[in-house]
Amino acid sequence: MTLWLVLAVNSVTFGGLLFLLSAGFSLIFGLMRIPNLTHGSLFMLGAYFGATFAGGMLGMMFNFWLAALIAAVLVAAFGALLERFLLRQLPGQQLAQVLVTLGVSFVAADFCLMVWGGDPISVATPAGLTGFLRAGPAVFPMYRIAVIVIAVVVAVALWLLLERTRLGAMIRAGVDDPDMARVVGIRVPQLFTIVFALGAGLAAFAGIIGGPILSVYPGLDQDMLPLALVVVILGGAGSLLGSFVGSIIIGFIYNFGQALFPELAYFVLFLPMLLVLILRPQGLFGRFVA
Amino acid sequence: MSARLFALAVGFVALLTLPYWMQGIYYINVASQILFYAIFALALNVLVGYAGLVSLGHAGLFGVTAYATGYMLQLGFNHPVSLLVALLVSLVSMAIFAVLSLRSTGIGFIMITLALGEILWGLAYRWISLTGGDNGLSLKTRPEPFGYSLSDVNAFYYATLITFLISLAAMAVFVRSPLGAALMGTRDQPRRMNALGYHVWAIRFWACMFSGLLTSVSAVLFVYYTQFISPQTLALTSSAEVLLMVISGGAGTLLGPIVGATLVVAVKTVVSGYIERWNFLLGAIFVAIVILMPEGLVPGTVRLWRLMWRKRESGAIKGGVGAKP
Repeated sequence: MTLWLVLAVNSVTFGGLLFLLSAGFSLIFGLMRIPNLTHGSLFMLGAYFGATFAGGMLGMMFNFWLAALIAAVLVAAFGALLERFLLRQLPGQQLAQVLVTLGVSFVAADFCLMVWGGDPISVATPAGLTGFLRAGPAVFPMYRIAVIVIAVVVAVALWLLLERTRLGAMIRAGVDDPDMARVVGIRVPQLFTIVFALGAGLAAFAGIIGGPILSVYPGLDQDMLPLALVVVILGGAGSLLGSFVGSIIIGFIYNFGQALFPELAYFVLFLPMLLVLILRPQGLFGRFVA
Repeated sequence: MSARLFALAVGFVALLTLPYWMQGIYYINVASQILFYAIFALALNVLVGYAGLVSLGHAGLFGVTAYATGYMLQLGFNHPVSLLVALLVSLVSMAIFAVLSLRSTGIGFIMITLALGEILWGLAYRWISLTGGDNGLSLKTRPEPFGYSLSDVNAFYYATLITFLISLAAMAVFVRSPLGAALMGTRDQPRRMNALGYHVWAIRFWACMFSGLLTSVSAVLFVYYTQFISPQTLALTSSAEVLLMVISGGAGTLLGPIVGATLVVAVKTVVSGYIERWNFLLGAIFVAIVILMPEGLVPGTVRLWRLMWRKRESGAIKGGVGAKP
């Protein structure tokens, strides 16, 4: 029983991380209609940057949260540049844009290998969250609980941004009908850059927040990208609620799958995605079919 | 056209006599690699070029054949039986792959094939009792068809060459066949094809099966060449590499994928002798080609060549087709 409880908490924690990763992926997909194949790389870049700043590799130790913030801002800037100078070269050619994001993901992966080497880097749990929470016989690391809280806070903030601000309204308009949004005077290309930067920053933030749990290693991008893909196919592109529900479901399946059938964990993970594709191609909460 | 025939004849003779003018086992092995990767690129080109469906999971199918061959041989079956079973397993996998991914086209197709490819990679990596996990599977011997041992470098080269020529001929026949024409119709005007009474889904399905067959053929050559298969072969990088062959050479052309395979294998072989950063270069070339020469090298060169000749004749210039990769 205790084991199940611990597994369940771990699943929700992992789901929270996946939400941070896939919310941006989903928004970019919703708005630009492309799966951003650099998303795993942005997650990994964020993790490496964060580990560098927080681990004192630059000669001075940054506070964990400050390091996370700096990493997120840096990667967001990288995302904005990527959108502005590469993807903007191919307006309306979604296929070519996907291939460009794929190419960039290889360059980024090799760049990380070049700079940080092949050995995994562990990230220290931030001070103040190293303790444990006891609930009867079960023991939960404080940090995992904190990740859940962070994910919920970010989810609420994103919801407020999308539903209660002018920018959010413009993004929603762009997702629902890009042509009409253009006609009424919304600068959709500018929205692309903003959303791409926002998604990149969120992915990087997820990378560093996930650092103490997953550690940072080459190939982290390849591990995370399919998960983001599955979450968005499951939840539906362009829907915040879809990413949230999808992340929690995948978090559970991933953790329980690894515990119950370690050899087939990957396969089990993709089953719900196949089911959704067959029964409901637009995803659980999606607004359109990819 | 006669110039083209002449060029093809020269290429054919060059390939046929390669072991005589190319000195060194190393280079003949590189030539074998180019040939079986060219078959793989031809296979992917059926979907990318002629069906307009970009698959990012083909390395997974490639891996299924390779693993099935390796596994059967490890169980102690002989080569013909192993190959037959591997082929059957691959075709069944391809059919499942096609049924799932053909629920969508365009970006959706990319995502589903990517996810399916990752599933196969994950299985190869984690299902250790079947695949040996990260250690992979090793093959002890190469087959000896008609008494010629393929352990010999030249014999393996000729076996690869014959398979390559048959595959190329099959491809040429396919493109000119009614099915090929219908497939291009579904690529350009799926709704009109549907209205004309064609079964768009079935045409795409059979194209997938043809692509799967060629993929299996190249995978068999690959696994006999390396005598080793590991999850790395199924990784997204491998799918992207073969996609780069198709796109760089020219999707939707017969010779493009062959040029692309030559280019990628040559660059990879040469570059990896000097630096370790092959993936960096792969990504950079990918981005550069998609942005600067989206139609690929072969159509791009043909266009430039025609441009030069037409200028002399009439001055009339028509741009190439297919701006989208």
